[in-house]
Amino acid sequence: MLYRSHVMVCGGTGCTSSGSDSVADAFVNELKKNGLDQEVAVIRTGCFGLCELGPVVVVYPEGVFYSKMKPEYVPEIVEEHLLKGRPVKKYLFGETVTEEKIKPLEETTFYRKQERIVLRNCGIIDPEDIEEAIAMGAYEALGKVLTTMTPEQVIHEIKKSGLRGRGGGGFPTGQKWDFAYRQKETPKYVVCNADEGDPGAFMDRSVMEGDPHAVLEGMAIAGYAIGAEHGVIYVRAEYPLAVKRLQIAIKQAKEYGLLGENIFGTGFNFDVEIRFGAGAFVCGEETALLNSVMGRRGEPRPRPPYPAVKGLWEKPTIINNVETLANVPAIINNGSEWFANIGTEKSKGTKVFALTGKVNRTGLIEVPMGTTLREIIFDIGGGIPDGKKFKAVQIGGPSGGCIPEQHLDTKIDYDSLISLGAMMGSGGLVVMDEDTCMVNVAKFFLEFLVDESCGKCAPCRIGTKRMLEILDKITSGKGEPEDIDRLEELATTIKDTALCGLGQTAPNAVLSTLRYFRDEYDAHINQKKCPAGVCQALLSYTIVADKCRGCGLCARNCPVNAISGQLKQPYTIDQEACIKCGTCFEKCPFDAVVKA
Amino acid sequence: MRPVKTLEDLQKIREEASRKVNVRSDRTGIRITVGMATCGIAAGARPVMMAILDELEKRNVKGVTVVETGCIGLCKYEPIVEVYEPDQDKVTYIKMDPEKARQVVVEHVINGHPIKEWTLESADIQ
Amino acid sequence: MDKVTVTIDGVTVEVPANYTVLQACREAGIDIPTLCYAEGLNEIGSCRLCVVEIEGAKALAASCIYPVANGMKIHTNTPRVRQARKVNLELILSNHDRSCLTCVRNTNCELQNLANRFGVSEIEFQGENIDYPLDNVSPAIVRNPNKCVLCRRCISECQNVQNVFAIGAVNRGIKTLVSSPFYLSLNDSPCISCGQCITVCPTGALYEKDHISRVYDAIADKKKHVVVQTAPAVRVALGEEFGMPVGTIVTGKMAAALRRLGFDVVFDTDFGADLTIMEEGSELIERLKYGGKLPMITSCSPGWINFCEKYYPDFLENLSSCKSPHMMLGAVIKSYYAQKMGWNPEDVFVVSVMPCTAKKVEIERPENMHDGLQDVDAVLTTRELARMIKEAGIDFVNLPDEDFDQPLGMSTGAAVIFGATGGVMEAALRTVSELVEGRPLDKINFEEVRGLEGVREASVTLDGMELKLAIVNGTGNARKLLDKIRSGEAEYHFIEVMGCPGGCITGGGQPIHHPNEMQEVRKLRASAIYKADENLPLRKSHENPAIKQIYAEYLGHPLSEQSHHLLHTHYDQRPLYRFTHKV
Repeated sequence: MLYRSHVMVCGGTGCTSSGSDSVADAFVNELKKNGLDQEVAVIRTGCFGLCELGPVVVVYPEGVFYSKMKPEYVPEIVEEHLLKGRPVKKYLFGETVTEEKIKPLEETTFYRKQERIVLRNCGIIDPEDIEEAIAMGAYEALGKVLTTMTPEQVIHEIKKSGLRGRGGGGFPTGQKWDFAYRQKETPKYVVCNADEGDPGAFMDRSVMEGDPHAVLEGMAIAGYAIGAEHGVIYVRAEYPLAVKRLQIAIKQAKEYGLLGENIFGTGFNFDVEIRFGAGAFVCGEETALLNSVMGRRGEPRPRPPYPAVKGLWEKPTIINNVETLANVPAIINNGSEWFANIGTEKSKGTKVFALTGKVNRTGLIEVPMGTTLREIIFDIGGGIPDGKKFKAVQIGGPSGGCIPEQHLDTKIDYDSLISLGAMMGSGGLVVMDEDTCMVNVAKFFLEFLVDESCGKCAPCRIGTKRMLEILDKITSGKGEPEDIDRLEELATTIKDTALCGLGQTAPNAVLSTLRYFRDEYDAHINQKKCPAGVCQALLSYTIVADKCRGCGLCARNCPVNAISGQLKQPYTIDQEACIKCGTCFEKCPFDAVVKA
Repeated sequence: MRPVKTLEDLQKIREEASRKVNVRSDRTGIRITVGMATCGIAAGARPVMMAILDELEKRNVKGVTVVETGCIGLCKYEPIVEVYEPDQDKVTYIKMDPEKARQVVVEHVINGHPIKEWTLESADIQ
Repeated sequence: MDKVTVTIDGVTVEVPANYTVLQACREAGIDIPTLCYAEGLNEIGSCRLCVVEIEGAKALAASCIYPVANGMKIHTNTPRVRQARKVNLELILSNHDRSCLTCVRNTNCELQNLANRFGVSEIEFQGENIDYPLDNVSPAIVRNPNKCVLCRRCISECQNVQNVFAIGAVNRGIKTLVSSPFYLSLNDSPCISCGQCITVCPTGALYEKDHISRVYDAIADKKKHVVVQTAPAVRVALGEEFGMPVGTIVTGKMAAALRRLGFDVVFDTDFGADLTIMEEGSELIERLKYGGKLPMITSCSPGWINFCEKYYPDFLENLSSCKSPHMMLGAVIKSYYAQKMGWNPEDVFVVSVMPCTAKKVEIERPENMHDGLQDVDAVLTTRELARMIKEAGIDFVNLPDEDFDQPLGMSTGAAVIFGATGGVMEAALRTVSELVEGRPLDKINFEEVRGLEGVREASVTLDGMELKLAIVNGTGNARKLLDKIRSGEAEYHFIEVMGCPGGCITGGGQPIHHPNEMQEVRKLRASAIYKADENLPLRKSHENPAIKQIYAEYLGHPLSEQSHHLLHTHYDQRPLYRFTHKV
């Protein structure tokens, strides 16, 4: 059945939680009511990226973009747009509506600077219909490698493309495959690391939800390259939608003979199973992941031996992350040269980022390596809300680092980020404005890591806890000058001696804030002040006599009776009694209460 | 279920399936609008629309979008079908029926020969 | 083995290619500090004290698990290395209950030694410490998580060596804890009380349940006749606690020390061992003759019995019904001997000095009670006895040798060798052969059943019949063997199982050495055991005159009704988990 129009309702996790399911249902019902259900299709897709504006609906063929949809808007859109052909401007994303025309989604500033390889089909296809994926070219790369290439050629092609692991470390993918390919031991395994655990990161989830076949195809190609017939996707159980779509995709791919036995009649067999993780951050570390897959306690083991030599069930295993694998079919289809032409000298291709925090357009983006942070935050992300000043961007998840204003024009790739004291990580970008206390930020990320440390090696288990205790001390106004030295001593040792990559990078948040925002630490310790006004113990509230009209509202609302004065006279706050709850600050109608 | 045994099998599925999704990516080809205001619907625009869609699918036509539009003020000529070709003047067909619509798809959209006698211009001349 | 050349602190050395950096350094004369590492047992690189700098590597490497490579340049004493080791040690110390003075492992603690070696004078990184309750529900083993350094040797021992799986790491981060599943007490876990965890613990986080005070109470009680007995393996290990070389036989000094501690009568568990051979040997002959359940499996090791009841209940009928030697002797002391002495059994307090922690559980088994009395009232480990001797200020090394009291201190070499793996088998063969064949043995030693390998097979001909034998030590090895029997892959007539690797000489109650030294310790103690055997005039249980006497005076004959009543027991399947105590 050919439909003249397609209503694409985002079915990613972000939009689903803001109610896109009921929007989709409303479209289905309303179209039926208007007798349009034979002409207009409603399709639930993966993530479009602009999660801030969800639920997102895009209507084709025009490609117009309705943002923040509600079921109650649907009847009007069906009546006006789908029946009469007049897009309903008031529900469209404002930026797309101009005097002369309505711009389609891809012409928005959010999309214009992006280059979508990994997210090529996200928001474009129905991820639960393999034929839509095939329509976009899925499994052609697999067919190509199976029928025209040797495993060596595949590995060579991936090596030439310069693809590096997108999960954190940035290890060259082709080299990893080559190690595993050279192992004599069989069986071998391909493991897809879908244990995305950084707070605020949802790149891999979106790929699995929006284009699961890209992952499966990448795994099968990897399997062919290294000589594996079995693939495992290790995905966290907190990603139910991703799991469901993967399960559907695996089932359909098997039905179509694109997974299973004798694929493309070449004698190559490859099957994929899903293993669930319970959400421990450390299980993203490859050896911990393998332990978890095997039903053991999810904690890292020393390397060597590397998984390429001794991995799952002690057999040669490659572990690639979702985004890495999703790049593979595109590289095979378009050639390594095409891929190597995108990006920087040592970091090729694109990178998907989850853009969150104090930025106007939060969401999922994909940009060529070498794009600057300024472009991402200010062009794609639309800058900082409420006219606030940018302070820093935290990149690479909890083990990453904070990058300040002066480095915003750095072209980002694996190596430039490391030299800035951060890391690519899996691609979380948290933007912070001037109201952010960087000591507090370091504390936040360290708190996460202390909680998520597996507890195996002493420096990470105890050292991170001790660092957190020192940060606690500093933010509660009890810091001593020696605490900085202690932090640095601990950070150095943890970085130098922790058992796994997670432990070794755990001090990064502290080290990078110490590097760029040492003055904030000094202010906390020496002046007992939090410059951003975040650390409650370091705040003090005072009443400016000139502004105070003596209304007494503050005194009446103070929960500890710390404010006294006479009506029509300026009031004062007893600093000893004040618990710094901020009630007076909020209640004062004349802005006479100031915090500092 | 259609098991894929060869690369050709995959291509075949791709060709068929891509017609389903072309509407989302191709905005450069021919656009056909069908007047779907009350006047149009009353005059029988819906069967016309369905015939166009059906013919496009049957003949595996790619790159054509079909859009509904409101009343353009020529109610007495409904059902009206307009064909927009890139870099060409639009052609407005009037008083269409399903059979005529199918012929427009074949002659005009596929073969590139507008059917002059059914256009608004020829009506004006008359 | 291929060799590689590495440079350690500027000195070039050639080492086997399969060496770790630690092995290479130690061979080059540099003693890298370690805490979690135990060769072959626990190679997990968790404490990070053994870090070294390897040129070209980003981070420091844990030498204990890092393989050498040709041309590798290693630095073991740079400022970076020194700081990292010290910070990590201080971190471990910062989260450790540092009550060394009152710790059972004071002066024999690896952490204490390291703190000493590093000259730690203050703990710079103070903070919140773990604070978990003591698990002292088990009758045998106490777990103090606050002294645990999470080296995980105990877990490796429990899981990989003993295959018991009673403990593992639970929680994560700073809250990580070695515990049984669901925070159950060890007592409610699959724990078999073998105590091997204690012997590998570098600190005082694991130790035996103390019986010293109840023993002192009994000694102080004028009404009580306190009778002590000592297991074969104790006499070849006790001296180590007083600085004597491993493998020194101190039987005479031990007897002397026990008298000085105030025990009224000093007997020898070896008598019980001879008695066991009489009963167990006869049981084997009977099973062979009358088609009883085969293979028959020995029952001297209570850790093994616990393991069988929990994991292999389908083999319970294969177990010999004999009580273990000290339980037999306890039963005899409270009946035969008490009667002889005119004592009320209720006033007799029997203390066993054992190389074992599982014996502390065994004495409480209700099926071993007679008229509401336990056969044995207290079990002291070798370590506990040493503590008592030290506390009493007895100059152990210079004590004169004294003999056991009679008649239940009389024993043969067959009993002594119970202490080593294969010993029970050999002792049984000495007696069974003579009983069946009716003529003296050509040679007393059955070398074919000796050795320290985990699983050994042998066969002997008995009256024209080939007897297929197996000897295993360590419950992990027992599991392997029983699985083979279950699957029909293997078939035997008689099997000796000792719950602890090496048998009683390295039981859970013995003096503690670093796990890396254990193989050597096992060898030395075992050879001491066989030397003690050679030194004795009588070397076959049935030749023990006191044994002949007790059968004549009291028991009648082996497997008699009286024997069954006093010397035999039965076994029941036991659940792996019970849910009575959470800690």
